[in-house]
Amino acid sequence: MEPADRTSADAPPVIDRGAGGSDSRPEAIKAVPVRHWGRWIASVVVLYIFAALIYSLARNQNMEWGVVADYMFRPIILKAAAVTIELTVIAMIVGAVGGTLLAIMRLSKNYVLSGLSWLYIWFFRGTPVYVQIVIWSFFGVVYPKIFIGLPFTGLAFGGWATNKVIGGVVAAVLALGLNEAAYAAELVRAGIISVDKGQTEAAESLGMSFGMTMRRIVLPQAMRVIIPPMGNETISMLKTTSLVAVTGSVLELFTQVSHLYSQNFKIMPLLIVASLWYIIFTTLFTIGQHYLERHYGRGFGTNETETAEKRAQKRLQSKVTADVSEPGNWD
Amino acid sequence: MTQELSAGHAASTSGQPMVKAEQVWKSFGKLDVLKGVDLVVKPKETFVLLGPSGGGKSTLLRCINHLEKIDAGRLWVDGELMGYHQRGSILHEMHHKDVAKQRAKIGMVFQRFNLFPHLTAIQNVMEAPVKVKKMDKKQAEHEAEQLLTEVGLKEKLDVYPAQLSGGQQQRVAIARALAMKPKLMLFDEPTSALDPELVGEVLDVMKRLAHEGMTMVVVTHEIGFAREAADGVALMDGGVIVEMGPPEQVLGDPKEERTKLFLSKVLT
Repeated sequence: MEPADRTSADAPPVIDRGAGGSDSRPEAIKAVPVRHWGRWIASVVVLYIFAALIYSLARNQNMEWGVVADYMFRPIILKAAAVTIELTVIAMIVGAVGGTLLAIMRLSKNYVLSGLSWLYIWFFRGTPVYVQIVIWSFFGVVYPKIFIGLPFTGLAFGGWATNKVIGGVVAAVLALGLNEAAYAAELVRAGIISVDKGQTEAAESLGMSFGMTMRRIVLPQAMRVIIPPMGNETISMLKTTSLVAVTGSVLELFTQVSHLYSQNFKIMPLLIVASLWYIIFTTLFTIGQHYLERHYGRGFGTNETETAEKRAQKRLQSKVTADVSEPGNWD
Repeated sequence: MTQELSAGHAASTSGQPMVKAEQVWKSFGKLDVLKGVDLVVKPKETFVLLGPSGGGKSTLLRCINHLEKIDAGRLWVDGELMGYHQRGSILHEMHHKDVAKQRAKIGMVFQRFNLFPHLTAIQNVMEAPVKVKKMDKKQAEHEAEQLLTEVGLKEKLDVYPAQLSGGQQQRVAIARALAMKPKLMLFDEPTSALDPELVGEVLDVMKRLAHEGMTMVVVTHEIGFAREAADGVALMDGGVIVEMGPPEQVLGDPKEERTKLFLSKVLT
């Protein structure tokens, strides 16, 4: 408890500025910092527990670290890792493109478009992605043949057996991508809403069409808001691809690893191999996200990497080379 | 600065008014913002709209380039009905693309500048000529450079808007609008968001434009600008034009009590 009259008791010491006033700056403060004993003790305890955990894992014979090292770079694992990346990237592309379309539909003044977008998001967010993966893998049972034609008219231009068109990978990518689109739609919508209305008005007053305004003005600015959560989604997707194991037909990382350990019973080491790859990819995605954020943050002054002089140089250089390559044009 | 700022802007097609408003009404919900406005701005004229906030000045300006749809009356720019095709006695709403074509011929400068923050100054100016007019990129860059030089920003070509002062941003915005070689320029309180000491540099550019014969409709609180550069002045309040005429008359010898009251408050 502080005494109530403390402020009056110890009034601030008067600093002698000297006769010169502002030009004689008082000596900088050198004070003894507060010692945070509690924090130091807590740090030691936590470090001790962490070291013990690492030591016990490293020494545990059942972890079979030799097997981990042995399998880590085997071609069969590398190939499965590549499939995992493939699934992640394609599903995210489907998700991002689909999500952007859904977001624009959702913001449309046409009730049919915004309503359908709402319905899509409602359905795909309302059912587990695990269930959706299984449903897509059985798509061929529900629709044994796929036709291209006009519904309700009986017109068909061609038909194929479903299991020829929608193989394991396609079904998995559809399940993951269409589900992702529902989540991405909300992220993109948030990004679009975050762009000031004055931007659209300025673009329109310059005679830009709706599509051009979106592509050139609104979406590039929305990206700044969209990228961080989208990076989250990508990392989440990377690990969600392991759910595809339920179908058993796509040899991605987790499926492959579980096939292996069901034969050789090296369960723990193989799971660690898979986990290490997931962590490596997550790290790589995080680095990629950093550069994307920097790109779309340009002009917002937070993490400018290029000076205006450098940009000017670049621009003039491209101008000079363009002049050389196209003689006879205006100068 | 020998070059004309507005060099090459499209001339009016005939002797008809550049802007003609006939009994324009506009409401937001139940609130009538414009209540039958009549206005004629001739080519090469600078017309200043004065009046208290909420009087309908900005709304009228935004109706001129169809950023707002009018509810009743007619509005023409250079003889073209804005936002509608008239076939016989029936009005058909214009497709967005056709509205865009009409807007491309009308430049607009906003109170909050509304520069594109992800583009540098020169990119802001080049964007519409390249994308809307499909102008050759080198040509657009050359013209953008000239325009920015004319508004005194030769050193700031590759700077992002966030690194510019308000006055500099507004001058980029004017250059951006001029790059489309508009036949009409609309200014919506272009100096209201500026520090007092930056107002002059923007007004100077606008005065030059006025002298060069650009047709301009300006919503502003700068009485000095109206006095010096305007050919016509109107005082708007309550959604109607209270008084209209040459600046000497409206500002120097107002007939209406409302105008006198407004001027007495603004000028002190």
